Amino acid sequence: MIISTSKPFEEVLKELEGEDNVFVVGCGLCATTCETGGEEQVAGMKAKLEAEGKNVTGAIVYDEVCHELNTKRKFRENKEAVEAADGFLVMCCGAGVQAVREATEKDVHPACDTVFLGNIQRYGDFIQKCSLCGDCVLEEFGAICPVTRCHKGILNGPCGGTDEGKCETDKEKDCAWTLIYNQLEKMGKLDRFRTIYGPKNWQTIMKPGRVVLEKKGEGG
Amino acid sequence: MTLLIDKHLKPSLQEVMEKGTFLVTGEIGPPKGTDIDEMIGHIDLLKDLVHGMNITDNQSSVMRYPSLATALIIKEKGGEPNLQVTCRDRNRMAIEADLLFAYTRGIRSVLCLTGDSIPVGDHPDSKGVFDIESVQLLQLISGMEEGKDTGGNELEGAVEFYKGAIVTPEADPIEPQMIKFEKKIEAGAQFFQTQAVYDMDNFKRFMERARKIDDKVKICAGLVLLTSPGAIKYMNNNVPGVFIPEDLAKEMTDAPKEERLKTGIRIMARQIRQCIDEKLCDGVHIMAIGKEGVVPQILDEAGVDITKL
Repeated sequence: MIISTSKPFEEVLKELEGEDNVFVVGCGLCATTCETGGEEQVAGMKAKLEAEGKNVTGAIVYDEVCHELNTKRKFRENKEAVEAADGFLVMCCGAGVQAVREATEKDVHPACDTVFLGNIQRYGDFIQKCSLCGDCVLEEFGAICPVTRCHKGILNGPCGGTDEGKCETDKEKDCAWTLIYNQLEKMGKLDRFRTIYGPKNWQTIMKPGRVVLEKKGEGG
Repeated sequence: MTLLIDKHLKPSLQEVMEKGTFLVTGEIGPPKGTDIDEMIGHIDLLKDLVHGMNITDNQSSVMRYPSLATALIIKEKGGEPNLQVTCRDRNRMAIEADLLFAYTRGIRSVLCLTGDSIPVGDHPDSKGVFDIESVQLLQLISGMEEGKDTGGNELEGAVEFYKGAIVTPEADPIEPQMIKFEKKIEAGAQFFQTQAVYDMDNFKRFMERARKIDDKVKICAGLVLLTSPGAIKYMNNNVPGVFIPEDLAKEMTDAPKEERLKTGIRIMARQIRQCIDEKLCDGVHIMAIGKEGVVPQILDEAGVDITKL
């Protein structure tokens, strides 16, 4: 799940300065769960923009705004409203915003900040456990990621800032290395903790990343 | 041409330690700006009273005059620098380049730290690098001593440093900390300076654990000067890995206001004496944090003259 948060409305309004006709896009997946770009938030945005004197030419919510072909298709389906717009306000992650970029020549505006790849702990409570480093180390650390869950991303044990099993940066946050130690000890695999892990390869997938699946063979 | 800083006017920390001499080091905190006169004053004051001086590296994530530049000033002044290197502000390439430079300018010991986290400092919006961390930094130096950088490339001229690291005796929980201590030794650490210790009984317990892991590695107790009851409260509540026991807190609180610094000096002098007399560890690292001017008094009160240790 890509976690996003809403930008302040004043900031959104500033982005739309000089554009009277706006088309609003929301996403039925992550942004709906994050309550940043679901049906309710898109309807709310439409009403607020209209109250500010904007003409909302269209407001749609569909699954996978980040799917570029899908977004282009949705734009074709809403041709009239799309053509009437001066600009597009996209209420989902940065991937979605840039999928809209591919579907129009006009200006495209983000309504959200994209913050992390998150787990849903319970409804409305998201936590970052993976930072997409491209070189998974979960096998070594009892399926607890120090790259993400240790503030400094340390691979070889806790820093001096661990306090009663909490992180020095935030007493509400667990020290990843206390979690890892406890987990490995429970499993009788502390030897993994004793192993020295050398400098990490940060370039396994060079930015900007791209993965293309191999074409399946005939009948495959 | 031989520059003044190419001459070693003092024995290296390694030479002192390997002779079995009790090591006494101080610390220089560079200023935030170009007014370095006061810092130079501290260097002049301390250079002959201690075996060496640590130079902090953007301590507490606060941008300051660089540690490497200060280490060179200490050399110029005839002192012995112990260069602190953190991984917060530089990636492995920048650190390697700095180490090449440091080695060619006569810096012989390096203290390897991961570094404080960014949000605690004065540039809270900046990006923490943490490309590597303390254990990997020790490995990096060990590799450079073998003539290779972390890219696996041959160096035209290797480095050689006395490699130091940090350990936190008050860490909670302590077990992971002790495993990391062991890993640091395996990665090349030859000496340790501890995070601030106040509870000497706990320090003794820590030393027993540490000696069981390795009885040769050199360990110096880190001592931070207490200056006020407020500072004690702050440290107990806000500085992870630091615990000031009640009896010391009481000693400070009971002292009249004008006697508090004196009391802090007395406490540290007593701790230094205890470390030496009870042979608790291999040395002490004195952190006076802003009160470097009283270090001669501390040493005097502890009866420590490094020429007689």
